[in-house]
Amino acid sequence: MPSALINVPAKAKRGDVIEIKTLMSHIMETGYRHTVSGEVVPRDIITSFACRFNGTEVFRADFYPAVAANPFLTFFTTVTESGRFEFEWIGDKGFSETASASITVE
Amino acid sequence: MKFFACIAILAAMAGAALAAEIPQAERRSGYSFMGPDSKAMQDDDTANPGMLWVLDGEALWQRKAGTASKSCADCHNDARVSMKGIAAHYPAFDKTLGKPVDLEGRINLCRSNHQQAPPLAYESRELLALTAYVAEQSRGMPIAAGDDPGLAPFVAKGHELFTRRQGQLNLACANCHDDNWDKKLAGAPITQGQPTGYPLYRLEWQSLGSLQRRLRACITGIRAQAYDFGSPELVELELYLMSRARGMKLETPAVRP
Repeated sequence: MPSALINVPAKAKRGDVIEIKTLMSHIMETGYRHTVSGEVVPRDIITSFACRFNGTEVFRADFYPAVAANPFLTFFTTVTESGRFEFEWIGDKGFSETASASITVE
Repeated sequence: MKFFACIAILAAMAGAALAAEIPQAERRSGYSFMGPDSKAMQDDDTANPGMLWVLDGEALWQRKAGTASKSCADCHNDARVSMKGIAAHYPAFDKTLGKPVDLEGRINLCRSNHQQAPPLAYESRELLALTAYVAEQSRGMPIAAGDDPGLAPFVAKGHELFTRRQGQLNLACANCHDDNWDKKLAGAPITQGQPTGYPLYRLEWQSLGSLQRRLRACITGIRAQAYDFGSPELVELELYLMSRARGMKLETPAVRP
């Protein structure tokens, strides 16, 4: 049951720089660890993250095994119109999660 | 005469070396020993990874379980009302069992008695999530565990365990957390061991964990045999620690390094 926490300001002035914070629930298993019997624990990580605003990509990140569990990302963008941010996390073992948040530009 | 003076001084030193309890005014949460980044992480609910478990717990609260097909909400309704202040009183005395039960134990008793569901494993995602969700309802409230007169002998047992030297390093909990909490161990602060934020997110664990997990890690650290999850000793230690932290504010889900 993966869950995400998103922090996008509800309102902003046109042209404002806004901070977006995202936290995704994920174990981020590196693939470098072994069990007591010597078998490799298979890699299970998020491999990419993307943020779209009204359909246009505004931010993208690739993740690697060194990223800690429950990855927390913050980034900045500017807004010129009201709309909807859509977030997407894609990873190993068919992991695919989405979330969204709206913002009103005054 | 000199000889007796020596004995008197030695006796006084032995007295001082015996764990003196931390005065009320000097008690400090582990939070106050942390750096600004870790503090900021705990303070912001959208940056605190512990809130992921709280969210899961909120969903689990509504989910029907067991052959009784009942959810927590079917009996307890809205947790934000019914569970407010509950965690501050745990571990609590269970009259039918005649012993203290911690929050995880209470949730599992509820599962077996009322939901007719198998108990959740200690440190499982589900049990941590439910515990975190219930405890979060008491955030900011003063700890009030150990009130019940029936608990007195168990608090005493917990205190005895806390001050008992054990393991290859021959250390008691009190040797660090009562006597040397203002010092450092390998560069890291020794805290007072006040259990104000459990279950909490430890960056080292990259996960939420219970107070029992923390205690087991500490006991392993002094190279003693750790008590099993759910054992009476761990519950007594939890109870003593919570009564020792009486009046301090709950921070669940806290963040610690």
